[in-house]
Amino acid sequence: MIKQKVSGTVYGVILNDNASLQKIGSLDEAPYKGAPKAPVLYIKPANTRVACGSAVELPAGADSVEVAATIGLVMGRAAGRLAAGNALDAVAGVVLAADLSLPHASYYRPAIREKCFDGALPVSSVKPLADLAGLVLTTEIDGEVVDSRSLNDLVRSPARLLADVTEWMTLAQGDVLLVGIRYQAPQAKAGSVVCIGAEGLGSLQFTIVQGAQA
Amino acid sequence: MKHGRIAYQGAVHQVTEARGKVRLADGRLLNEGDFQWLPPVEVGTVFALGLNYADHAKELAFKAPEVPLVFLKGPNTIVGHKAQTRRPADATYMHYECELAVVIGKTGKNVKKADAMGMVAGYTVANDYAIRDYLENFYRPNLRVKNRDGCTPLGPWLVDAADVPNPMALKLTTRVNGKTTQEGTTADMIFDIPTLIEYLSSFMTLNPGDVILTGTPEGLADVKAGDVIETEVENVCCLVNTIVDDATYFANA
Repeated sequence: MIKQKVSGTVYGVILNDNASLQKIGSLDEAPYKGAPKAPVLYIKPANTRVACGSAVELPAGADSVEVAATIGLVMGRAAGRLAAGNALDAVAGVVLAADLSLPHASYYRPAIREKCFDGALPVSSVKPLADLAGLVLTTEIDGEVVDSRSLNDLVRSPARLLADVTEWMTLAQGDVLLVGIRYQAPQAKAGSVVCIGAEGLGSLQFTIVQGAQA
Repeated sequence: MKHGRIAYQGAVHQVTEARGKVRLADGRLLNEGDFQWLPPVEVGTVFALGLNYADHAKELAFKAPEVPLVFLKGPNTIVGHKAQTRRPADATYMHYECELAVVIGKTGKNVKKADAMGMVAGYTVANDYAIRDYLENFYRPNLRVKNRDGCTPLGPWLVDAADVPNPMALKLTTRVNGKTTQEGTTADMIFDIPTLIEYLSSFMTLNPGDVILTGTPEGLADVKAGDVIETEVENVCCLVNTIVDDATYFANA
């Protein structure tokens, strides 16, 4: 029985898997001028969080959203300056999450309009912390598998990521750290039924619906 | 009216300003120094604006943006008045940013400019410190620069919107150890408060307790351990913070 709820701030990280690093290509040129040294985080604010079974409205003017399947580590206690060796002791459980974004190819500027619209983070209930190494996340849109990714190709493992992130910021009980998303994840359109699944963690379903026109 | 939050005698209290003292709800008056200041609001989503003053954009050698450059902050970075903020040992350039902070008082989506000021509960002052050594060109300004523990002092007072009739014409001033280093006016914002509220609420629901840090004018300078930084917005309040080094910050770790 997991008593910890997702009650705090949700943080995510980009470019934390080798497939995404390959896909984005060389980072040497402007505007990046070099690969990132520290984890590159973003925040999914409270308005983005919705439960399994929700209907997510496309933001005005958008005709599709990227659906990035990921796992969130739910903090069971406040955690600052963790060591990777025992960082997972601070984690109460995990959630399946679908990080929705308006398609954006550039990671140069913060993507607030793209990533923070209402409903842009469907999350499952909290599940017991499992061994995440080798876990495979599948994304189905309208019953068809459009992506399948293994957490084996993470650049920073969940424990390493927790250690590196808490070097400069304390995570609170109930905060969530998403372990990484695909660069240019598959897209869903209005009317799509989306299902994210992982063995042992069940599934997370939601639909994308047309929003009110601006 | 000016509203604050303090810790006193083992409890959190909402207080108001009374002739230079703070007044608890039951009428007790406390003097500065007898309690600890907390941020004046329990923040929801915290938005911050980059390059929202033309002179500052120029100072950083950027063209003024065409849409607001917005980034978010977590609650870990917010601290109250008279707190200490850590300058890490490896930092070579850490600067303050004096900003007018707008506190949202209502829930709203798709708010039009003409109605935007009705969303505002009040104003306070933020000091949005940045450590430029950690800047990287990914989701810039990245969280390692802008979302460090205790790096965004806020307060001391939340001043009712009704008491600030001219939020777009307020003087901003920063003093380091008493010497003025930054001066500007909210009149020079590129995207003014109604524009920011209309923009943000066009794609996300704003809620009471959400805070918009509206950006800073030119006049940045490096701050060192021991420096006392006062960031003040005319007719709102003056926020004081002290920089400490790692040895002081982690003295008991």
